[in-house]
Amino acid sequence: MESPTKPISYLDYKGEYKGILGWIFSTDHKRVGLLYLYTMLAFFSVGAILGLLMKIQLIAPGYTIMGPQTYNSLFTLHGIIMIFIIVVPGLPAVFGNFFLPIMIGAKDVAFPRINLLSWWLYAVGILIVLTSQFMGDGPPDTGWTFYAPYSFQTATNVLPAVFGAFVMGFSSILTGINFVVTIHRMRAPGMTWFKMPLFPWTLYGTAWIQILATPVIGITLLLIIAERTLGIGFFDPALGGDPILYQHLFWIYSHPAVYIMILPAMGVISEIIPVFSKKTIFGYKAIVLSTMAIAFVGYFVWGHHMFTSGMSGRALFAFSFLTFLVAIPSAIKVFNWVSTMHKGSLDLQTPFYWAVSFLFVFMIGGLTGLVLGSLATNVHLHDTHFVVAHFHFIVFGGTGFAFMGAVHYWFPKMFGRMYDANWANLGWGIFFIGFLALYLPMFYLGIMGMPRRYYDYLPEFHGGNIFSSLGAIVLIAGLMIIFINLVRSARHGTKISEKNPWGGTTLEWQVDTPPTLENFEEIPTITGKPYDYN
Amino acid sequence: MSEEKTHIVPYKTQVIVLFVLLILTGITVAVTRLEFGALNTLIAMLVAGIKATIVLAWYMHLKYEKRLLPMLVAGVVILFLLVLFVTFFDYSYR
Repeated sequence: MESPTKPISYLDYKGEYKGILGWIFSTDHKRVGLLYLYTMLAFFSVGAILGLLMKIQLIAPGYTIMGPQTYNSLFTLHGIIMIFIIVVPGLPAVFGNFFLPIMIGAKDVAFPRINLLSWWLYAVGILIVLTSQFMGDGPPDTGWTFYAPYSFQTATNVLPAVFGAFVMGFSSILTGINFVVTIHRMRAPGMTWFKMPLFPWTLYGTAWIQILATPVIGITLLLIIAERTLGIGFFDPALGGDPILYQHLFWIYSHPAVYIMILPAMGVISEIIPVFSKKTIFGYKAIVLSTMAIAFVGYFVWGHHMFTSGMSGRALFAFSFLTFLVAIPSAIKVFNWVSTMHKGSLDLQTPFYWAVSFLFVFMIGGLTGLVLGSLATNVHLHDTHFVVAHFHFIVFGGTGFAFMGAVHYWFPKMFGRMYDANWANLGWGIFFIGFLALYLPMFYLGIMGMPRRYYDYLPEFHGGNIFSSLGAIVLIAGLMIIFINLVRSARHGTKISEKNPWGGTTLEWQVDTPPTLENFEEIPTITGKPYDYN
Repeated sequence: MSEEKTHIVPYKTQVIVLFVLLILTGITVAVTRLEFGALNTLIAMLVAGIKATIVLAWYMHLKYEKRLLPMLVAGVVILFLLVLFVTFFDYSYR
């Protein structure tokens, strides 16, 4: 029995259930966060292998290892896994769950049972999506966007995939509600809005998008189900529907979803940079306001996915203008991060490498986004490899790099063990080189006219594709080093009990390592600002 | 929080609200029998909007909450209207 004066860590706590049941029935926000982490790591591995297989197919023109139908199914499943299972829940579900309550001085989220229900809905949604791979008429081949009218015409298993995504949407909404209420109601005494750390701020903006945008996709997916099963003509022109309405509804959710992915990533970077620069963050309020501005303006830019779909000219102009507008708050953040590093005492550790490389790839992703947001260039580049490269620079380069940075930053706090820094740095280096080699040639290929989602290509695209495919192999090698190092270290890494190994100033670095079941023996009273290095 | 309090709405109010909602439902049905062209949809949406407001205010107790919650709900409604506006901005000029 543990002594009441010395609480034990959440990892050692023995609750009502033992073994795996102690995890899947635990309402502790830290265990729920880790449940998400393990699920995501498993499916990320699958998604990454699917991506590698596609790149191997594209290493030469024509049939290499698969035919067109298999290729169509692979990019659909790759998209569904990476978007709906990994990056949309991503940082909020793992690190938001684990660290939000600790960073605002709370013992748990506002609704711990709903929090566990969110994970269960997420797991059930995944299982439903997986059934689409093994039933009846073969895996879906529509791409993750399920565009009408094809998604009504294909004989493949679209419905289970759509329904799985629908169920996962509920998980996202419940997490969003939980976080909004937690932040409103459970901040420690003295933690006013502008004394709250930046990661919780970005979770707050994200949570609102989760609540407000996800129902739109939920209803849209239900309309697909109604159209396929009942023959009601919402989107199919043959039934009197409008396929562009589908695109509107789909992107009303799915573009804000990109901000669901990227805003928490920006929050993570805002945590890492001041800690490893040993300097107070530059422009705290500007970062907060730009976060909320991105969340709001980002809601109205969905039409830039539809520039060639046949929208009215005035709508095209409006969406293009709004897209350029959203670049402003994004750039404000980048300037603030760079200014934070300026004249800082830089501590070159693994999380910092991930943060700095995030800046590099996010800038490329963001600026190429403006190329796509511009009407004239978009017409040329629409549905080419340029879009694939831009998207991966933002989502994999942005969210993925921030996720890796977050894992390496909070790992010692989460597990009470330290990873091998040399292997971690080596993994980062190889991954970074592989990432650039994989995606940079796609910009060139896209500009030259290579379309996306084709299993074959013209001979003039061969050079760029070889380079890109080799890059994919290097990237996977880097990933393996990173994963093996982290998984091994979680069990066998050097034990640490130091509360603050990086010299952070936010609350998670003032609690035990690893945290105790209720995080704080006594709820702290906040008097200062979150990043005070003066 | 310590200043938590509940507000019990009397049965009389609940019943009055119920009848108002039923009357508004009747209006929605009646309007479908008249020919106002595109205005039919507008009227139906307007009545539905009023009904939703009544439900939010009395049945969901928004009327008795502090200002923050009504403001949040109003923000969501404004966002929804903006999304509708932007979507129909496309349709109006096609």
